[in-house]
Amino acid sequence: MSNISEFSLTKIVDGIKKKDFSSEEVTKSFIEKSKNSKALNSYITECFDYALKSAKNFDKKKDTKGLLSGVPLAVKDLFCTKNVKTTAGSKILYNFVPTYESTVTKNLWSQGAFLLGKLNCDEFAMGSSNETSFFGKVLNPYGKELVPGGSSGGSASALAAGLTPATIGTDTGGSIRQPASFTGTVGLKPTYGRCSRWGIVAFASSLDQAGPMTKNVEDSALLLQAMSGYDPKDSTSIDTKVDDYTSKLTEKVKGLKIGIPKEYRVENMPKEIDEIWKKGIDYLKDAGAIIKNISLPHTKYALPAYYIVAPAEASSNLARYDGVKYGHRAKGKNLIEMYENTRSEGFGDEVKRRILIGTYVLSSGYYDAYYLKAQKVRQLIKNDFDKSFADVDSILTPSTPSSAFKTGAKTDDPVSMYLNDIFTVPVNLSGLPAISIPAGYDKNNLPLGLQLIGKAFDEQTILNLSLAIEKRANFKKNFKVWWR
Amino acid sequence: MSIDKNTVKHISKLARISLDKKKVDDLSKDLTSIIRFIENLNKLNTDKVNPLTSIIDASLKSRSDEVKDGKIREQILKNSPENNGKFFVVPKVIE
Repeated sequence: MSNISEFSLTKIVDGIKKKDFSSEEVTKSFIEKSKNSKALNSYITECFDYALKSAKNFDKKKDTKGLLSGVPLAVKDLFCTKNVKTTAGSKILYNFVPTYESTVTKNLWSQGAFLLGKLNCDEFAMGSSNETSFFGKVLNPYGKELVPGGSSGGSASALAAGLTPATIGTDTGGSIRQPASFTGTVGLKPTYGRCSRWGIVAFASSLDQAGPMTKNVEDSALLLQAMSGYDPKDSTSIDTKVDDYTSKLTEKVKGLKIGIPKEYRVENMPKEIDEIWKKGIDYLKDAGAIIKNISLPHTKYALPAYYIVAPAEASSNLARYDGVKYGHRAKGKNLIEMYENTRSEGFGDEVKRRILIGTYVLSSGYYDAYYLKAQKVRQLIKNDFDKSFADVDSILTPSTPSSAFKTGAKTDDPVSMYLNDIFTVPVNLSGLPAISIPAGYDKNNLPLGLQLIGKAFDEQTILNLSLAIEKRANFKKNFKVWWR
Repeated sequence: MSIDKNTVKHISKLARISLDKKKVDDLSKDLTSIIRFIENLNKLNTDKVNPLTSIIDASLKSRSDEVKDGKIREQILKNSPENNGKFFVVPKVIE
């Protein structure tokens, strides 16, 4: 069956269970396509031999108890995988081979999936275009001059191109949702604490969260269920029940109240973004939801606050890369010089910028003016959401202020790159779950996404609303294969 | 506030990242534009606001104080650029 790689994750799981096809057939189909798609540069490490061996082993036993039995999955190269190189897209970890497995990937494997490969990403997940990776930029299936978004750009590109049935990414300020929006795929950032962060290369610990990236909403529910759960090894993961998202998934959303925040209508936003937002409102009205205008007055302060909190936490987290314990080491006359040269050679420009901004805002005499101020603003942003959620069940916004842009278009101006995350960052600052779903195309035939924000630990509601939109938007991928 | 070249040199020393002259110039420009963007926050009065300390209302769980792992020196040293089988090796610190 040659078109297996076009199937959804759910269809593949069902097909293997019903013996319509074998895990080996599935795995071969994705390996073949991946091998023919090197021009996208979505992989950093291929584990094709291991995947094929795992598939054959699976077919011998056919144990289909797991949610993902017999399914090969490629994952973002930010998840530590035992005995498989994990680089975080950085030169400083170019040779790092973890001796342990991240909890989230371990959860996937215990549900019967196995590793297909490690996918490219912005260096340490810092970027919105997947152009900062030490292993080269990733391209978008929608055009060879287009970025796939970032930081989970390799994941989004591989998924859209059909190189993996589904994938997982991480989202610190939009790194799952923005690339999903740019590639016409579904990306969900769960509530902070829903998934364990143990074994994920840390960027900004109070914002980072792993989540599913899938071809459709049904797959998103399935993969979220497989990866979620409390983990004693992550003290910020929350010991609360994980819903059976799949069996509770329904497009019946009649009577749910949806907030439309006026502050998300920003200056110079393309008309098409506004139009897709209106379409989304119409779809939900058609499904019987009640639309309410709301205000999130501190929205415009979210991005500046984020660019204090995230770099501050990053500068602290990345202090561990010193050329002593793992990764790249440069030469130096003494210990200090070895540190300085290692970090200078090992980190790319964007990572250096963020470490230095973080070091600056945390340095003596500036803490109150920057970090403390940002944490106060963060409280105000969270209060905005808390007030709104007393009144509505979910909030609908565009996912991004534009469709995918050209490579090189924003690399010279860090602030213009940061503005990409204007609609996604407030959610991370508040710890809330949010999903991006493809809803249509702009005039250049590039996908546009809509974002649904939910109450803490209420991923089910945003999945259900997404399903209602998905059924009505009837989005179909429409790129022509240019890379093989 | 602008981040001049001396400030860039100071913070790069704190962050243990060596920079050549061209990088210092570039970073001074980039970091200044980022800090100016951040300073939009000064338009907002936050005198009466308490800073956020936790985004999820949950207290940390306690656990019993017992050793569950350990004896993994080999694993810990496995990825080090230089070790002597027992310890990490770094350039000489004391003359």
